[in-house]
Amino acid sequence: MPEPLIVASQLVKRFGDFTAVGPIDVEVQPGEVFGFLGPNGAGKSSTMRMIACVSPITSGSLRLFGLDPATHGPQIRARIGVVPQLDTLDTELSVQENLWLYGRFFDLPRAEAKRRATELLEFAQLTDRADSVVDNLSGGMKRRLSIARSLINRPELLLLDEPTTGLDPQARHVLWDRLYRLKQEGVTQVLTTHYMDEAEQLCDRLVVMDQGLIVAEGSPRSLIDQYATREVLELRFPAGTNEAAAPQVEGIGERQELLPDRILVYAHDGEAALAATHARGLEPESALVRRSSLEDVFLLLTGRTLVD
Amino acid sequence: MSTIFLRIVPTSFLGTSFRVRRPHRMIERHLVAYRRQWLIVVSGFFEPLFYLLSMRAGLGDLVGTVSVAGTQVPYDAFVAPALMASSAMNGAIFDSTGNVLHRLKYARIYDAALATPMSPADVAVGEIGWALMRGQLYAISFLGVMAAFGLVQSWWALLALPACALIGLTFASIGFAATTYMRGWTDMEIVTTATMPLFLFSATFFPISSYGSWGWIVQLSPLYHGVALVRAANAGVWSASVLGHAAVLLALSAVALVVAARRIDTLLRK
Repeated sequence: MPEPLIVASQLVKRFGDFTAVGPIDVEVQPGEVFGFLGPNGAGKSSTMRMIACVSPITSGSLRLFGLDPATHGPQIRARIGVVPQLDTLDTELSVQENLWLYGRFFDLPRAEAKRRATELLEFAQLTDRADSVVDNLSGGMKRRLSIARSLINRPELLLLDEPTTGLDPQARHVLWDRLYRLKQEGVTQVLTTHYMDEAEQLCDRLVVMDQGLIVAEGSPRSLIDQYATREVLELRFPAGTNEAAAPQVEGIGERQELLPDRILVYAHDGEAALAATHARGLEPESALVRRSSLEDVFLLLTGRTLVD
Repeated sequence: MSTIFLRIVPTSFLGTSFRVRRPHRMIERHLVAYRRQWLIVVSGFFEPLFYLLSMRAGLGDLVGTVSVAGTQVPYDAFVAPALMASSAMNGAIFDSTGNVLHRLKYARIYDAALATPMSPADVAVGEIGWALMRGQLYAISFLGVMAAFGLVQSWWALLALPACALIGLTFASIGFAATTYMRGWTDMEIVTTATMPLFLFSATFFPISSYGSWGWIVQLSPLYHGVALVRAANAGVWSASVLGHAAVLLALSAVALVVAARRIDTLLRK
């Protein structure tokens, strides 16, 4: 097995009395796409900032490429690319200047920085916007530019903090496609997300974080297999009566979960569960059978939904 | 050069990650950004020029001559070095406060820079260096105007340029350090409120003797020491007091630089 690219052990981040992260243990292998899944405030971004070597760790240990961020910060940062949660593009510069001037921060010779900028414009589908002012770009374009910028130093490790939050579905799919290409090129990726479909699409392996701690770890599929059933039956009763209906569906599935607007019934066979519901004389306003997802895993582990 | 400096000076007191390797990258970014905003750069030159013209045409006739180091000089020759020093201060403060606040809190371009091998100290030194460069540009052009108006009294006046660089260093460092404490744009009002009296009461428009027994207050103004330096250079009259003025500015710069480096480190690396 190759040397892990990131090794965190008993890693903790505290701000005053508040423990934002940890203690957590994480290992990321080269070439892997690794995800931190969790709701807002779970400690994902704080973890990412420590990995990006811009936030000193409080205790425990962290190594990237075998190096300690406390003593080799600049050397490590030279080998990673960072896509922050909020775009930090330079609004006083044009699209292509954003790229090549960023390359200069990595000590690239000017000609090389400009050559890579041209390549990355192509990759980000922004060639025809090369001279545009950043402010005039759409949200999806800005995000693609952020990713392009993070690649200017040809990073071995790419850190993406909620890469598609706030984008429309089409822009998200374009972005996923670009990230998939990078994976094929062997770029290790660590990303945070609170979208379970994103985690399922992109991640080889992920950890579920809640209140600063890791509550589960595995591949998306194995987590679903381990923590949820194969299918889920979603029942919606008229507003305000879900709670009253809940006891009556008891026992139909292996497990059930009452949410404010619906009841989730976890069952191996969703259609059979629906038939059983009808057989009990219950008449939900709507019923939906779907495959279980990471959202269900999260709900089981924490009792809360991911996006509220 | 910075590497040699770091070898002989212990810098751990400046913060955990005080490494100055790439401040010029920040300056390069500004050079590209300002190519599109050259008008802003040029406008900084006109303000002291307009002051000088109004002093020369209006006040000069009313006031007549002023005594500088025992010799009588025309009022515009008295005021011009002070305006030069003031413009060095204003330029440095302008660049190190409002612009830095914008980049720090709103555009967040320092956050982007820190994801690269750039260090917080690179950011601080780069910004202060940029403010200094811009100040020197104004100082050089203003000296040219003074020469054209016949207000330069000797070749010693060239030493007004390093004097302005020292003024720029002092105020850029103070401005940058102060900006790290700002919560938002409203705090910028404090900067305006603080620089206005400095500009007016640093023996800029009248000699310190005219303040009578209140002269010691004027001496508390860092700009006063800058004005005294530029005036001495322009007149070519040197005394030991010049060393004192330079020492005051150097000491202030050093303190402000340390504060600036430490604060930017804690702000950006939390």
